[in-house]
Parts: sequence; structure tokens; C-alpha cells
Amino acid sequence: METRSDAALVAACLAGDESAWNGLVDRFARYVFAITTQAFRLPPDDAEDVFQEVFARIYDRLGTLRDPDALRPWIAQLTRRECIDKLRANTREAPVDDLPEHEEDVLDRIEEAFDVHAALDSLPGECREVLDRFFCRDESYRTIGDQLGLPSGTIASRISRCLARLRERLEGRNPVATASSDRRDR
Amino acid sequence: MSGYDEERIAERLRVLPPAPIGWVEAAQELPRARAEIAGLVERAQADAGYRAQLLADIETALAAEGLVPRPSLIELVRRRMSE
Repeated sequence: METRSDAALVAACLAGDESAWNGLVDRFARYVFAITTQAFRLPPDDAEDVFQEVFARIYDRLGTLRDPDALRPWIAQLTRRECIDKLRANTREAPVDDLPEHEEDVLDRIEEAFDVHAALDSLPGECREVLDRFFCRDESYRTIGDQLGLPSGTIASRISRCLARLRERLEGRNPVATASSDRRDR
Repeated sequence: MSGYDEERIAERLRVLPPAPIGWVEAAQELPRARAEIAGLVERAQADAGYRAQLLADIETALAAEGLVPRPSLIELVRRRMSE
């Protein structure tokens, strides 16, 4: 898992470090995907076009980012612009000036979700995996248990324990100095 | 985020499902794809026959370089060829 801060990732990407680019894509793929599909509700083909275009623009323009710590809002802005362009291109007879009404609410929720995921990244691997599988990938206790070779009851109790740990992390009772918590604090 | 009840945390976790793996891999391949495409364009500029072949079937040319011929890459080749 990539643990470098956003600023360190940007610097490494600009230095040609391919693993840093992979890490950057990993860190923001869900975020860009959520903006395109949830805030702007683009159909899958359009969402994929926007997703690829956003990362192409990030790759091309990373050197123009004045404040590497502002990577996330910069990516959000690029994604919103690409989504709006896509909507405009699809709606030639009626220019898109009115964004989806729910967009701001959804974007706020996505921002918050990113922070929760950043905190999740700071938990031990067994917690990250079980919470990601159950909540993000919508896998059942049984599926997770089969994959991890554990009984369903163990999965249920692990989810409960890990959720409590994540809550503690978010409340700052057990803060850690990781890139993820650094991101959360910004 | 204020109020860290577990229900809300769970709901926020659900907001960020993984992006399709193929999309992520394509984005991660971008540096290599850019380099391969630069090579294709350079070759096309030096060889009129190859240029015609490339423009006639960009998908095959990309696949020959080990790249998945995604629309974004095909469009990139077209842009580079018209510059």
C-alpha cells in the first residue's frame, strides 16, 4: 500500500518514478470514479472516458500544480470540469448550465468518504481488507469467509471490531502519523 | 466529519467502491502507453508507408505494442499524428 504523502507522491511522479504514478492512481481512482458516477451520474462508457481523460490530464499537468498538497482538490476540479464537458457534449441542443441538483451534496459526501478511507488505510491490513470487502465491495460474510478461510462468525466479529477501531482513529483517540492521516488533517 | 457513529462511517465507506480494475490498470499504464505512442508517431513520421498503415488501423498498431487499444489511446494517437 502506498504510504507516501500526496506531496511526496507528486514529487516522485515528476521525477519519473513509475511506482509513484501507480500509487497516485490507486489513491484517487475511487475518488474520480465516485465523482463521475455518483455526483454526475454519467453512464459507464462516459464515466470511463472521463476517468481516463482525468488521469491523462493529471499526468500531463502534474508539473503545473503549484501546491503539491492541493493535489486532491485539483483532481476534484479536473474531474468536475471533464464531467461538465462530457455532459455538454452529450446535450448539444441544451447547454448544460444547470448541474445536477444533488451534485454538491454528493461531492461533500465523497470528500468525507475519502477522509474515512484515508483513516481506513492507517489500520492494520486485516481490518482494511475485511472492511473494504464488506462495505465497499459489498461482499457477504460467507464470501469473505471463503476467501480468507475463516468462519462467517469470525468475519462478523472482525468487522465489528475493525469498525470500532476505525471510529477511534477518526475521533483521534488513536492517531497515527501516516500519509493517510496527513491527508485527513488537511 | 463530525459525529463518528459507526453507521455513518459504514455509510461513508460504501460511497467509495473500487473503480473497475481495467480502468485503473489503463490509467497506471499511461506512462508506458505515452512512450510507446511517441515511438509509433516517430516511426510514422519517418516512414510514409507505416504512417498510412497506422492511420488505417490504429487499434492493431497499439495492440502490436502490447497496449489495449482503448478509445483514449486511439484518440491520443490521432491527436499526435495531426500535430
